[in-house]
Amino acid sequence: MPIGVKLLLVAVVVVGAGVLIGFYVSNLTTLAGSPTYSVPVQKTGAHPVVDLELQTVAAVGPQLSRNPDWVSYLVKNSSGQWKRETVWDLPAHATIHVTIFNFDGASALRNPYYGRPQGMVGNRILVDGKPTDAVDPNEASHTFAVPALGLILAIPGVADDAKNQCGYAPCAMAHAHHTIKFTFHTTTPGHFRWQCFVPCAAGWIDGFGGPMQTIGYMDGFLNVKA
Amino acid sequence: MAADPTAVPGRPTDSTHHGRRVVVAWLVLSAIATPLVAIYVGPHIPPGNASVQGEGQTFDNQVMTAFVTPVLCLMAVFFGYGLIRFKARRSEALLDGPPIRDDAQIGFLWIVITTAMVLFLAGFGTYELLKDGAGGGQGPNPIAQPAGYKSAFQVQVVGQQWQFTYRYPSLGGMESNSLLLPADTLVELHVTSLDVVHSFWAVELGLKADANPGVDNVVYVKTRSPTTFHVRCAELCGLWHGYMFNNGRVVSSAQFASWAAQEQKIYASIKPFMDKSPGDGGAPYAHTYLPEPTRRAG
Amino acid sequence: MNQAAAPPSPPLWRRLLGFNVLTAVILGIGGWYLGWYGAHKIVAPSLDYFGDIDYNELSVYLAYIGGVLGFLVGLGFLNYPVRRLLGYPPSLREKETAGWSRYFGLCTDHKVVGIQYLWGIGLFFFIGGLNAMLIRTELLSPHHQAFPAGTYLTIVGMHGTMMMGIMTSGILGPFANYFVPIMLGARRMAFPRIEALTFWLLMAAGAVLTTTIFFGGFPTGWTGYAPLATESNPGLDNYVIFFALVGVSMTLLGLNMIATILTMRAPGLTWTRLPIFVWGVLSTAVLMVLAAPVLIATLGMVALDRTAQTSFFIPAAGGSNYLYENLFWIFGHPEVYVLALPGFAIVLELLPVFARKPLWGYRLAVAGLLGVSLLSWFVWQHHLFVSGINGDLRAFYMLSTELISIPTGITFLCGMMTLWRGNIRFTVPMLFVLAWFFNFLIGGLSGVFLSDVPSDVTTHGSFFSMAHFHYTIMGGLVFTFFAAIYYWVPKMTGWELNERLGKVHFWSMFLFFNLTFAPLFAVGFLGQPRRTPVYPNGLQFLNDWVSISAFCLGASMLVFLFNLVWSLAFVKKPAGANPWASRSIEFQLPSPVPVHNFDRIPVFSGDPYGYGEGPTPVAVPAGAPAGRE
Repeated sequence: MPIGVKLLLVAVVVVGAGVLIGFYVSNLTTLAGSPTYSVPVQKTGAHPVVDLELQTVAAVGPQLSRNPDWVSYLVKNSSGQWKRETVWDLPAHATIHVTIFNFDGASALRNPYYGRPQGMVGNRILVDGKPTDAVDPNEASHTFAVPALGLILAIPGVADDAKNQCGYAPCAMAHAHHTIKFTFHTTTPGHFRWQCFVPCAAGWIDGFGGPMQTIGYMDGFLNVKA
Repeated sequence: MAADPTAVPGRPTDSTHHGRRVVVAWLVLSAIATPLVAIYVGPHIPPGNASVQGEGQTFDNQVMTAFVTPVLCLMAVFFGYGLIRFKARRSEALLDGPPIRDDAQIGFLWIVITTAMVLFLAGFGTYELLKDGAGGGQGPNPIAQPAGYKSAFQVQVVGQQWQFTYRYPSLGGMESNSLLLPADTLVELHVTSLDVVHSFWAVELGLKADANPGVDNVVYVKTRSPTTFHVRCAELCGLWHGYMFNNGRVVSSAQFASWAAQEQKIYASIKPFMDKSPGDGGAPYAHTYLPEPTRRAG
Repeated sequence: MNQAAAPPSPPLWRRLLGFNVLTAVILGIGGWYLGWYGAHKIVAPSLDYFGDIDYNELSVYLAYIGGVLGFLVGLGFLNYPVRRLLGYPPSLREKETAGWSRYFGLCTDHKVVGIQYLWGIGLFFFIGGLNAMLIRTELLSPHHQAFPAGTYLTIVGMHGTMMMGIMTSGILGPFANYFVPIMLGARRMAFPRIEALTFWLLMAAGAVLTTTIFFGGFPTGWTGYAPLATESNPGLDNYVIFFALVGVSMTLLGLNMIATILTMRAPGLTWTRLPIFVWGVLSTAVLMVLAAPVLIATLGMVALDRTAQTSFFIPAAGGSNYLYENLFWIFGHPEVYVLALPGFAIVLELLPVFARKPLWGYRLAVAGLLGVSLLSWFVWQHHLFVSGINGDLRAFYMLSTELISIPTGITFLCGMMTLWRGNIRFTVPMLFVLAWFFNFLIGGLSGVFLSDVPSDVTTHGSFFSMAHFHYTIMGGLVFTFFAAIYYWVPKMTGWELNERLGKVHFWSMFLFFNLTFAPLFAVGFLGQPRRTPVYPNGLQFLNDWVSISAFCLGASMLVFLFNLVWSLAFVKKPAGANPWASRSIEFQLPSPVPVHNFDRIPVFSGDPYGYGEGPTPVAVPAGAPAGRE
């Protein structure tokens, strides 16, 4: 075999391997991740204020995911659309007003202690406007928890016999739901995971497979930035 | 071995000549290095002396480090000497060395020495283990119980995906997200899990016990003066395994009491929903599974 | 061989038709879709336990089983059974011809299979190594950075599983398949078709594992602990199928080796004349045959738990996670000696050649190898020291684990005494062998710390244990793997490997290997658990140090690749029959070894270690003419 042909072959193999490696790595960096949503700041300055609107749905629906039956959190972006994005940029030392609309039914907490809201202002949450400092663990549908900030709260589920339940996301406000409101403070910059503690992944053993272990559904990050 | 016609010329055929040099160099080096390592390196090996169990581990590491130093010295001397002294000269590269095939005495001596070392280490490790449990999880029926274990302060460690919660049976079954331990106290930790396998690792205290679903894994620790320590999950448990950590504190009993009173206020509102506390006839340890792990309602 | 005139070679497209790897891939993809379709359309509705889950686990299993079957059919593994059913006479031969095409299909020439193994294992070794580079990229920062949180675990799992699965055959696959029959004076393995099957199963397995990224990956690492495994994404099914295929391959490979060594030794080759490498292969093969079936059964239970709602490993439904841990480590601990023992064997085989002295203490060395093999069955619960499984037994497992130091120490003694007063040549394979002493010493002594329960409490599941098993497996197996490559590839290909590049490869690999893994002992003691993408800020310096040397370690592998391509494709300097002046029988044959190994079956008159004992050859080709079977 002439040397030119050999060199060409080697070059082809090297380039081919490079392409395959690039394909592999780019696949990995995008696999099971979520786009970042930079939450708009309402009031800037030394003590910024941020509004964050979320909804929790029993099934995310074919519009928003390849896995339409997965349970998920959604976030309302600045143009008012519900998006399946669970990595959020937030300012440091800020006051975050969170509103969660829950359209899902109850599943019950594995550890009933998490029915006690903690880590937010006043250690209590508003459920449909009513101050609450303990959610019945059996009625819990999801939690919103940022363990590194000490923040955890259970979200009561929609009653099983409620009328006009939401099937697939995005759900309209006309569907049966609970509204949860609370306020918490971010601290120094950092990278904090948030998750749900209710075993709410239908069908998986321990209720903790699929959407519970995939970023972009029931898990995400708070990127607290200076 | 008799004189050997094929041996490399110009080299001593008396192996004891080389052997004596190596043994002497080894003994001298070991005699110097071993105490130095034992005194200056050993005490700095983690986990340190934040707890009695951690101190036991550090002592154990100190002894073993002193033990392996002569082994390392032997290898260093042997290979340092052998590879330089017996390197082939370029012109003689293919000459054969002396055809020594065996030496029953050396083999016997080597086996006797390694066996003695192994038996000593196993015996020493067993003694250290049985003395106070060495900070390892022992399962539901611990055999290595430190003195006074019957009056130990009890804490349950509940692992779940992906957070540890701590339950204090002596405080009416109160739960908390923080692990606080009173100083100078023997603590009996009962580690369990509500879903998959986790492992409770209190790094600076030198404690580790797997959290198995439905199993009560007991580990003892005798705390000392107030300090802080890290708690990490040390068994792969899924997505947030790497993020399953928090800080714990050893505090004076007065601080512990005031912290407990503070926590009780937070706990009060959820208490009606919890299992019965031990004082009301409930079990000392909760194994709460809601909902059934094998299915999900709705 | 009949030296008939070669027929005119047919055009390329005709040569691509037939039972070869191309057909196999096409049929494999076809079988995959057939299984996927079948599960969805036929099986799933009747076994639909899953309500509204989108992934159907059964379809993943059936798809991959269909794919592997199609792959094997395409390679021609069914041809012979079908021919026999149709009444054709039996034959042991398949594609034993000259030319390139035999490397791309089912071939029963053990030398072809050996070379296939070398390239196939090399490919997956580099994929596994690439994953290691990605792990170290993520660990450059104490916080999450390069990969999504779950993907990091998938990369860790793929690295570990690939290395622990594929590299089990790292030495037995290429080198034992190639050289054991030659060392025995035989012309083939006992079961040549099974020999080919073990290789192609391993390749199919590697493809199954790599494609896990399309099914969500798996978060369990190579240990696959249930019940985490039970609740994982369908990517875990790839892990299950991968390891089951590797298990089948290992069992068959081991069985084949045992049968060959027991039955196919040439006249005069008594047990005490067997090369020590063959003893090492035998002790490893016994472990493979006995350990791998446990793994296959365990993974079968995991698959049933995931598809058919059984509950072997689900504590809440009457199962036990301890059962999984026990079964896995009953396989898993012998498995790590499946990785280490061939390394011992290579070291003891190569030392006499480069120290120009007989192997010291032959019987002792054999006893050491078999002793490790035996003791490795009694130590598995040291992986469960803090699990609470049985507190009473910890002292026993501490003792049994430490007892392994005795046969390992014997291996050290035999190696060291072989060097003693030798005439040592520092060739590239010898450098890798000498590095084994250093690496395995560190690995072994750190193992003493891990075997000691009080010390293990802190280091268990930390980077300390990770550094320990990289010292023993990478330092013990991969270094000897390269020693074997530099020693035997000239024999296998007939061309020399460049020595200068080999030395650059060795020194960079040895240096950066130690710079990478030595600091990890400290990292583990200081509180960093394995398999986490986040760690305390204070450990960033050490982690960055480790990452950078790991990248350099990766680069040293590129030096090796360059050497391989440069020497074998461009320079092509003939190695000659015996480049190392070895007395071993394979070096008395031409390079590369002719298709039928021996014209006459040799008669052995001694072991191959008679350095300094006069010019008597190890064997004379004075036996019966080698039959054509």
